[in-house]
Amino acid sequence: MFFEHFNYWVFIILLMVGLYTVMSRTNLIKKMIGLSLFQISVFLFYISMGKIAGGTAPILIDPAPGAAPIVYSNPLPHVLILTAIVVGVATTALGLSLVVRIKESFGTIDEEDILKLEDEA
Amino acid sequence: MLLLIAGTITVLVVRNLFVATMMLGIVSFTMALIFVSLDAVDVAFTEAAVGAGISTVLYIGTLAMVGAQEKIRVKFAALPLIICLAVGGALFYATYQMPGYAEADNPVHKHVAPRYINDSGKETGVPNIVTSVLASYRGYDTFGETTVIFTAGIGVMLILRQRRLKRPPPDGEEEEDLKTSLNGSISGLGSDHDLVPHLVSKLLIPFILMFALYVQFHGDFGPGGGFQAGVIFAAGFILYALIFSLEEARVILNEKVILCLIALGVLIYGGVGVVSMLLGGHFLDYNLLSHDPVHGQHLGILLVEIGVGITVTAAMLAIFYAFVGRAEIEIEQLD
Repeated sequence: MFFEHFNYWVFIILLMVGLYTVMSRTNLIKKMIGLSLFQISVFLFYISMGKIAGGTAPILIDPAPGAAPIVYSNPLPHVLILTAIVVGVATTALGLSLVVRIKESFGTIDEEDILKLEDEA
Repeated sequence: MLLLIAGTITVLVVRNLFVATMMLGIVSFTMALIFVSLDAVDVAFTEAAVGAGISTVLYIGTLAMVGAQEKIRVKFAALPLIICLAVGGALFYATYQMPGYAEADNPVHKHVAPRYINDSGKETGVPNIVTSVLASYRGYDTFGETTVIFTAGIGVMLILRQRRLKRPPPDGEEEEDLKTSLNGSISGLGSDHDLVPHLVSKLLIPFILMFALYVQFHGDFGPGGGFQAGVIFAAGFILYALIFSLEEARVILNEKVILCLIALGVLIYGGVGVVSMLLGGHFLDYNLLSHDPVHGQHLGILLVEIGVGITVTAAMLAIFYAFVGRAEIEIEQLD
């Protein structure tokens, strides 16, 4: 009973940590890391939804004769998250490359310092 | 699970960004283990290769260029904390309305999923349901995602390959710091003294590449497929570039070839769709690719996965080359 929603709770905690990192840290790399955490938490949520108790990985196998039919976990969330992970790393790379450029033109990757420099200019 | 929470909180707290990056890698790897226990073997595969492998390399590459110490802040951020707690509270409240975890009659298992599970084996002849759904039933989505990766690869190259504009040099001290930090990390690539890494990687790389090919072509039957294979293949090359040098990796695959490969993957994918249209079906309708619909599906999935694999490999390598190449440009300019 207590553990019925345990996976979802872990997801929420991870999501909160990620969100807090994005909002409260001024360092741009730390923000990207927070964004990655946020992403990972959503992955966990989807995969948890796809799980069926007593199920197995969604790869078709012939059931043993006379045995009960095999329960497969839901493959759809797996497909969505599989592609989301790879797309996620591609977008992270794009963000990091922007951070590198920001460092080169401002000399800092701290949000507050950048805003200060902009005001002075 | 608790390890996961501990890991994320450490990521939040530590100031040194290198430590934070390593912790993020550990969190990703733990997450991959949890995915295995949740029956998502394909996803776990991808998460382990991408989250713990490639993205850590990218973060470290960036840190080498921008410096690893986070500024110590005195101000306590109250507003974000309140917003976070509010969001978290609302979600906690929402979980009480959710159906129980892992029950077989949850709404998520009701709509299209049973059809995939029951019929995909007969319709496509591919035992791995994740692969058949990915490449066939949801082929449009995957095409879109491949294009996103393609765009991201091109974007990173465009952003990072431009030569830096001449600007007045900042105070010399800072520059000196930057130079030493760069020399310590990036230009340390491929030094001649590391005999053990050289030998070990020479032994390992062929196996990594073989394994990537196995994952690519065995994706129909076991966990694996184009996305995972692409990432593993790229990881093999990145290892080579890290241990030997970027120059030697460029001899094998230079940027122009990579650019062509990125486009080639998307072209193969789109080409399969166009061919099926020319044969009188819909876009990405594999049934017509062969005289027998099941064979056609199988062939279509195989071709599309190859397209995905090529694009992912090339895009990851393009991103890696762009980052490392950038660092080398900086070193040259400092010299």
